[in-house]
Amino acid sequence: MRRFTSAASYSLFCILLIAAAHGDWINAYIQIVIMFIGINIILSSSLNLINGYMGEFSVGHAGFMAVGAYITSVLNVWLFTSSQVFGPALLSPSSAILLFPVTLLAGGVGAALAGLLVAVPSFRTRGDYLAIITLAVNYIVKSSIENMQVIGGARGFMGMRGVVNSMQDVVNLPWTLVWVCTCVGATIWILYRFVNSTYGKGIIAIRDDEIAAEIMSVDTRRMKMTAFMLSSGLAGIAGGLFAHVLGYINPGTFTIMKSTEVLVMVYLGGMGSLSGSVISAIGLTLILELFRPLQVAKWVIVPLLLILLMLFRPEGILGNRELTDVFPRLRRWFSLQERQP
Amino acid sequence: MSLLEIRGLTHFFGGLRAVYNFEQTLSKGELVGLIGPNGAGKTTVFNLVSGFYQPTQGEITLVGKSILGLRPHQVTAMGIARTFQNIRLWNTLTVFDNLCISQHHQLEYGLLHTVLRSRRFRENEQRVIRTAEQMLDILNLRHYAREYPKNLPYGLQRRLEIGRALCMRPALLLLDEPAAGMNPGEVDELIEHIKWIRDEFKLTIWLIEHHMRVVMNICERIKVLDFGETIAEGPPSVIRENRRVIQAYLGDEETTYA
Repeated sequence: MRRFTSAASYSLFCILLIAAAHGDWINAYIQIVIMFIGINIILSSSLNLINGYMGEFSVGHAGFMAVGAYITSVLNVWLFTSSQVFGPALLSPSSAILLFPVTLLAGGVGAALAGLLVAVPSFRTRGDYLAIITLAVNYIVKSSIENMQVIGGARGFMGMRGVVNSMQDVVNLPWTLVWVCTCVGATIWILYRFVNSTYGKGIIAIRDDEIAAEIMSVDTRRMKMTAFMLSSGLAGIAGGLFAHVLGYINPGTFTIMKSTEVLVMVYLGGMGSLSGSVISAIGLTLILELFRPLQVAKWVIVPLLLILLMLFRPEGILGNRELTDVFPRLRRWFSLQERQP
Repeated sequence: MSLLEIRGLTHFFGGLRAVYNFEQTLSKGELVGLIGPNGAGKTTVFNLVSGFYQPTQGEITLVGKSILGLRPHQVTAMGIARTFQNIRLWNTLTVFDNLCISQHHQLEYGLLHTVLRSRRFRENEQRVIRTAEQMLDILNLRHYAREYPKNLPYGLQRRLEIGRALCMRPALLLLDEPAAGMNPGEVDELIEHIKWIRDEFKLTIWLIEHHMRVVMNICERIKVLDFGETIAEGPPSVIRENRRVIQAYLGDEETTYA
């Protein structure tokens, strides 16, 4: 019974949320903030796999997000809408409702393949040097997109609003919110199961002692490849969602600034803590929104909060622990520890 | 057929000759020692055998199959497990997880099965957990199962490291200074432990050690290295009397000190 309570309560929450959005009980602004929270949860928890669980230092997460965002957007606009760039729609716009998840997944796969750009160098180098490589990959992606005039170059790419509208024409639901909810659930589900298996814990062994891991039977290359591709693939899906929530993307969005934002969420929540990443993604997104009226002063206050946090709690909100370690009573409903002797 | 056979093993670090023309044959069930002064190249031999370095020259075969060119985890899968001179446990994983993860090469599932929690995943996971739990009982560490290795007393950390290697179900166990840093009481316990492990798991054990009490007590044969070269080999009683060995350890009588 306990196995399903977390899944069931999350589904119930999502259904209520979607119903509220559908019935216009919450306004469009709040809906967008909620969707950004969801996207940030996917980004921070997937980056936590690399920076927290595997102990590498990736600072180019936005690059993979960009790959996913562009692949998904271009596919959708090309297939389902008439645009100046790609001409008339290839398929009927109403089929978007069925094929949207496929394009989202295609974006994820594309981003996962881009993740190989980091995974392969990681066989030979790690730490600061790998961090520089991830930074370089971020810039390679951004600059390549800027120089591709077919997809708008530096001006950006739009038309995703049309795709969302054509989905809403078939069935009147807030489709972007539906998919954000689904993907957040799937991300947490995948990552949670991964890091709680003997297979997935191989990457924690790599963090603790890579040489011992390799000699003590862990195929470190395969594990690194799996971790990097999983992480960047999820970032790509987050990018695809981001593009459809906003309706417009340009390469300037996916710079080191965006990567840093995600990085901050990971460190804020605690390295190697999935629930920490979720909490800090929610918290930081809300704080950034609440401080919006302060305008420029926001960028003084938010970093200041960070400095204070790092001074007084350098391990992040949850440290290396999960929510159930801090509040053991939660285990009655959510069985985070499955395999203890 | 012999279990491990090493022929003409030579390894250079740049211009430094760490191991030269090293030969060793281990038969099933033997307990063999490798000794020598600091920097003699003992650990380098172990690193070569476990696939961590690739030798400049020479041949290493396990049950007739060459292990050259294999990556360390592949060598492990063939049945060679080892411990480290400086303990290398995974300190942010529990004692129990340490024992589980060293069975990583026996997992027959990948990411998809992990996410779907398929039947193959559950069967594999159960097998891994069963082995780890048995090992907890054998090592008498059940009480510490959920503890982190760094919080364990030194002797127990050593014991856990041996247990982690045993979880791989190896045919050959390499112990790199298992008694380093132990007090005399712990050393006695270790001697009994190593003998017991060899009989219980029907293993071949090859060990590097500085504690002469350990080496002379349990090894059937001993090989002595100095500056990468073999200077003596034979049973403990012969090694104890060997002039070159005494010279290597205590220095030459004729050497004049200023």
